[in-house]
Amino acid sequence: MTSHPADMTKDLRDTDLDDPTLDGILARTWETPRGFYGWLATVDHKMVGRRYIVTAFVFLALAGLAALAMRLQLSVPENSLMGPDLYNQLFSMHGTTMMFLFAVPVMEAVAVYLVPLMVGTRNIAFPRLNAFSYWVYLFGGAMIWIAFAFNTGAENGWFSYVPLAGPEFSFGKRSDFWAQMVTFTEVSALAVAVSLIATIFKQRAPGMSLDRIPLFVWAMLVTSFAIMFAMPAVMISSTMLILDRLVGTQFFNPAEGGDPLLWQHLFWFFGHPEVYIIFIPATGMVSAIVPTFCQRPIFGYQALVLALIAIGFLSFGLWVHHMFATGLPQLGESFFTASSMLIAIPSGIQIFCWIATLWLGRPILKTPLLFVLGFIFTFVIGGLTGVMVASVPLDLQVHDTYFVVAHFHYVLIGGAVFPLLSAIYYWFPKISGRMLDERLGRWNFWLAVIGFNAAFFPMHLLGLEGMPRRVYTYPAASGWGEVNLFISLMSVVFAASFAVLGWNVVRSLRHGIVAGPNPWNAGTLEWAAPSPPPPYNFLRIPYASHREPLWNDRDSLPVVSGLRVDARELLSGSLAEATPELRESSVDNSIWPLLAAIATTAAFVGSIFTPSAVVWGGLLAAIPLIAWFWPKGNPEDEE
Amino acid sequence: MSGRAGNVRFVLVVSAPLGLTACNVWQSALDAHGQSAEAVLRQFYGFTALSAGIWLLVIFAMIGALRRRRSLAERLAAPLERRSRPEAFATIAVSTAIGLTAAILIGLTTWSFMTGRTLASLRGRETLTLLVTGDQWWWQVRYEDSQANRTFTTANEIHIPVGQPVKVKLESNDVIHSFWVPSLAGKEDLIPGHQNEIYLKAERPGVYRGQCAEFCGYQHAHMSFLVVADEIPDFEAWRSRQVATAASPTGEEAAAGQRVFLSRGCSICHTVRGTPAGGKVGPDLTHVASRKTVAAGTLPLSRGSLAAWIADPQAIKPGTNMPRVALDPDELNAVVAYVAGLQ
Amino acid sequence: MMRSAASTVLLAALLLTSGCEREKREFKSERAESGDRDEVALSSLSPGATPPQVATSGRAATFEGNAYHVAQGKRLFTWFNCNGCHAMGGGDSGPPLMDDKWIYGGTIENIVATIREGRPNGMPSFRGKIPDDQIWEIAAFVRSMGGNLSKNVAPQRNDDLNPFPAENRRPPSPPTTGGQPLPASRGTQ
Repeated sequence: MTSHPADMTKDLRDTDLDDPTLDGILARTWETPRGFYGWLATVDHKMVGRRYIVTAFVFLALAGLAALAMRLQLSVPENSLMGPDLYNQLFSMHGTTMMFLFAVPVMEAVAVYLVPLMVGTRNIAFPRLNAFSYWVYLFGGAMIWIAFAFNTGAENGWFSYVPLAGPEFSFGKRSDFWAQMVTFTEVSALAVAVSLIATIFKQRAPGMSLDRIPLFVWAMLVTSFAIMFAMPAVMISSTMLILDRLVGTQFFNPAEGGDPLLWQHLFWFFGHPEVYIIFIPATGMVSAIVPTFCQRPIFGYQALVLALIAIGFLSFGLWVHHMFATGLPQLGESFFTASSMLIAIPSGIQIFCWIATLWLGRPILKTPLLFVLGFIFTFVIGGLTGVMVASVPLDLQVHDTYFVVAHFHYVLIGGAVFPLLSAIYYWFPKISGRMLDERLGRWNFWLAVIGFNAAFFPMHLLGLEGMPRRVYTYPAASGWGEVNLFISLMSVVFAASFAVLGWNVVRSLRHGIVAGPNPWNAGTLEWAAPSPPPPYNFLRIPYASHREPLWNDRDSLPVVSGLRVDARELLSGSLAEATPELRESSVDNSIWPLLAAIATTAAFVGSIFTPSAVVWGGLLAAIPLIAWFWPKGNPEDEE
Repeated sequence: MSGRAGNVRFVLVVSAPLGLTACNVWQSALDAHGQSAEAVLRQFYGFTALSAGIWLLVIFAMIGALRRRRSLAERLAAPLERRSRPEAFATIAVSTAIGLTAAILIGLTTWSFMTGRTLASLRGRETLTLLVTGDQWWWQVRYEDSQANRTFTTANEIHIPVGQPVKVKLESNDVIHSFWVPSLAGKEDLIPGHQNEIYLKAERPGVYRGQCAEFCGYQHAHMSFLVVADEIPDFEAWRSRQVATAASPTGEEAAAGQRVFLSRGCSICHTVRGTPAGGKVGPDLTHVASRKTVAAGTLPLSRGSLAAWIADPQAIKPGTNMPRVALDPDELNAVVAYVAGLQ
Repeated sequence: MMRSAASTVLLAALLLTSGCEREKREFKSERAESGDRDEVALSSLSPGATPPQVATSGRAATFEGNAYHVAQGKRLFTWFNCNGCHAMGGGDSGPPLMDDKWIYGGTIENIVATIREGRPNGMPSFRGKIPDDQIWEIAAFVRSMGGNLSKNVAPQRNDDLNPFPAENRRPPSPPTTGGQPLPASRGTQ
C-alpha cells in the first residue's frame, strides 16, 4: 500500500534519476515518521532488529544477574543466603530467559537486521508480521519477569518436567506463567522464521543464485526451517500443560492413561533442535567473519552449506539423548547414541573449513577474529564432551550433574555467545556508523575467554565428583566447597567482560571512530550500504555478480533499475537463480501489529487465569487483525 | 528461633568429620567400586584422552595458521586471488581430517556399545531384588523375598551383599526422581506410572553415597541415601535384624518417649513395626537408629542431629513434609531417647 | 479518564499483590513457636438451625489465600486419612464436605475447631496429634472442596483417578447451616 495516493498515478521509476534526487525520494517513501507514534508503528527491519537486539541483551543481563545470585548462594556449602524456593525460581528464570528470551531471539534479531541487507533488498518480507513478532516477544518476556518480581516466576527449570510442573505439585500460577511465556516466544519465533524464509527465498538481489548466498543467510534459512518444525512441539506441550492445570485434562496423568514421558518427548523434540537453532546462526556468523579477517573467500563453501543442512536435519534425530536415564529400550538408546555421534561430523567439517581458511588467508587479529578463535578454543571442548554424553553408559554417570552444566555452557557460550560477541564487534559499525573501541575489545575478549573457561571448566570435575544439578546447596562434607568458591569468583570475571562490552558500546556510540560503509573491507552486500543504512537500505538494488560482490567488483557495484521509488516496492525473484520476476509492493508503517500484539497478550495472560480467555481473547485479537488486513485496494504486483 | 538454627549448624560442623569417616569418600564417579561404574570409568578415561588429543591437534592447527602472516597491503590487494597449490593441499588436509573424524566416531560408538553390553550383562543374574520408591524427599526401600516374613521396608539406607548382582526396581510416589550411586553405577529415573530397573554389583565392601539426580522440588539438594556393601555374612546378619520388629524402649525416658511418639502425631506418618505406630507417609522408623544418617542423608545420625531434626525440620530442610511438632523440651528429649534406641 | 486509568493501575497492583500472597511458600509459620497451644473458644455444640459460634482469628486469609498451604492441605487430607470417612469430600461414614450444608459451621475457623476438638458421632479430636498449621492447611483445603476459595488458589487435579472436577473447577457453594449428621448416627442426636 502507499500513503501517497496522488503519487500512484505518477509511477516514478529509479531509472533516470540521479543519486541525490533518488535519495530524497526514497527516504521520503521508506522513512519512519518521527515521534512516539512513528516509533510504535515502524515496520523498518533495521529498527525492529535493533530493538530486538537491545531487548535480548536486557534479558541477557537479567538472566546473568540471576546466575550471579546463584553463584553467590553456591559459593559456600550450606549457605543460608537463600532458601530453595528463591533458588529454584532463580535457576528456572536463568535457564528460561537464556534459552527462550535471549539465545533464540538474539540470533533472530541479528538476522532481522542483517539478512535483508545481505541479500540486497529494501525490507524484510512481511514487515508487519515481523513488527508483531517483536511486540509479542517483548510482552511475553516482560510478563514472566514482572511475574517473577511478584514471586510468581518459573520454578521448575527451563524444562518444567511434569509431574513437578503439573497440576498436583506446582501450586498457584507459577507454571502457568512459564507455559504462557513459552507460547509467547514461540509465536514470535515462528513469525520471524516465516519472514526470514520468505525474504531469503524471494527477495534476493538479482544474480544471487543459491550458490552465492552468504553463509550467514544460509544458516538463518536452515535455522528458520528448524524453528518451523521444532517450535510447534513445545507450543503443543506447553498448551497441554496449561490445559492439565487449568481445565483438568489428563495428558500427563498416568492414573488416567496419560504419561509424564510424553512431556519429555515433546519437550526435547523441540529442546534439542533448539540448541542447534542457537548454534547454526552462530556458525553462520563465524563463516561471515573469518573470510573478512583472512581477506579471502571461505574455504569449502559447498561443504559448509551441506554441513549446515545436515546439522539442521540431524538435530531432529537426537532428542532422546536427553532421556537416556528414563528407562527406554536399549536398542532405541543405541540408535540415538549413533545419531548423536553422527552430528559431530558436520560440526567437524565446519571447524576444519574455518581453520583451512585461516591457513590460506593469513588472518588479521582484530577483536571479531579474536572472538572467533576463542569460539574454536572453547566450542571444541564442548563438542568433545558432547560426544561423551552421546554415549549411553557415560551419560548415565554424568547426566544431570555439573558435568552436563559445563558441557552445555561450553556449547552455548563457547559455541553461540562468543560468535555473537564477535558479530557485535563486526557489525556494530554497520548498525551505528561507528567502530567499537579495539583496546576495550581486547579487554572484553580476554576477560570473557579466561573468565568463562576458569568458571566453567572446573564444573566438569564437580560433576564427576558427584555434584548434581539444580541443588540449592550442598553439604560441607562433600568437599565441593573450594571448587565452587573458585567458580563463583571466576563467574565475576566473566560477568565483568560483559560490563566492558556495555561500556564499550556506550562510549563508542558517542566517541567511536566513524566507520564508513565498509570498514573491514568485507565482501558481502550489507557493506555496500552506507553505515548506518538509510531506511531504504540501497539506493539502487545491487546485482550480485559473485559470492563476495564487493571483492569482485571493487570499483563500482553493478545495479539494477526499474523499481518504483514513490511507493514502497522491492524486487521479487525466483527461488534458485534469483532471476527478477515481480516488482512487489512492501507495506507501509502500521500501528496494528502493536495493537494485535496487545490483544494477543491479553488473551494469553487471561488464559492463565480462566479458560474463557481463549474465547474472548480470540475475539479481541480478531479486531486488530481485521483492521490490519483490511483490503485497501492495493495495486497488484507487477512483472 | 535463631538459637535453634545455631544449634543445627553446630551439630553439622561437629559431625562433619564423622560423616567423612562414615563414608569411604563422598559420592564420586571417579571412585568406582561397582562393576558398572568401573566399566564406565575406563571408557571415560579413554574418551577423555582421545578428546584431549583431538582438541590439542585442533588448537595447534589454529595457532599454526595465526603464525603465518603476510603484509596487509598484499592481502587487501586481491582477496579473490587463488593460489592453486595451497588450495589443493587444504582440500586434502580437510578431507583427511573429516575421514579421521568419521573413523574415530565409529570407534567411539563401538566402544560405547561394548560398555553398554558390560552394563547389560548383570541383567537377569540378580540374587536380590529391591523395590525403591521415591518420595519428596526421601527413599523408601523394600526388600523382596519369596518368603513373606523375610520381606521388610526401610528407608534411605540400602545394604547389599558384595559381589552379588542386585536388581533395584524403581518407582515414584509423586514426581520424577533419579537413583544415582556414582561409585557403583550410572543413574536411572523413578517415573510415576513406570517401573524402571537398575543393577548394582559392588566389587568391594564399603559405604557408597547416592543422591537424587533429577530435580524434584524444594529439597532436591537433600535427598540422599547410602548404599552399604557388606560381606555376605554381615549382610545376612543385617537383614535378619531388619526383619525383626522394633526393640522395646529401655529405660524410663525412652518409654516416655514412646508414649509421646504414639500420642503426639509421630505415628500418623511413621511406622515402627511392633508398636501401634503404622503411618505410611514418612520413612519406616523401626530400625532408624541402625542407619548412619537422618533426614535422607542430610545429617549424620546422632542424638544431637535427631533432636535438631525433630525440633525443627523446616530449619534443616525447608519445605520438607515433616512438620514441626510443638514439643516441650522434656517431650523432645524423651522422643529422641526413644528414637535413638530403635536400633 | 485519569481517574479510570489510576483505578486500573490500582486494580492491577491489587491483583499482583494478591498474587504475592497466593504464591508465598511459607514453610515455617511465624506462629510455630506457640504451636497448637493457642487459645481456642470451644464452640457451643449446637447443631441445627441456630448458627454456630464463629471465631475469627484473622488467620483465614493466610491459609485460604495461599496456594501452597491449600495444596499441602490436600496432601494431608489423604495422608491423615480424612478421606477414610469423608471420601474426597463426597461423604461416606462422615458427612460430605463439598456441599453447602455445615453442621458445625463452614468458616475456616469452624472447620479448624472441628478438626482440632472433634465432634460428636465419630469425628475424632486431633488436638495435639496434628500440628496447628497443618490443621489450618487441611481446613483451607476443605473450604476449597465446596468451591469457596479463589479459583487461582484452589488445588488443581491430582495425578490420580479423577472422578469429579478438581477443586479449582467447582462452582462455589457458600456454607449454610443445617447439615444433618448421617442417618446411622441420628439416634444419638
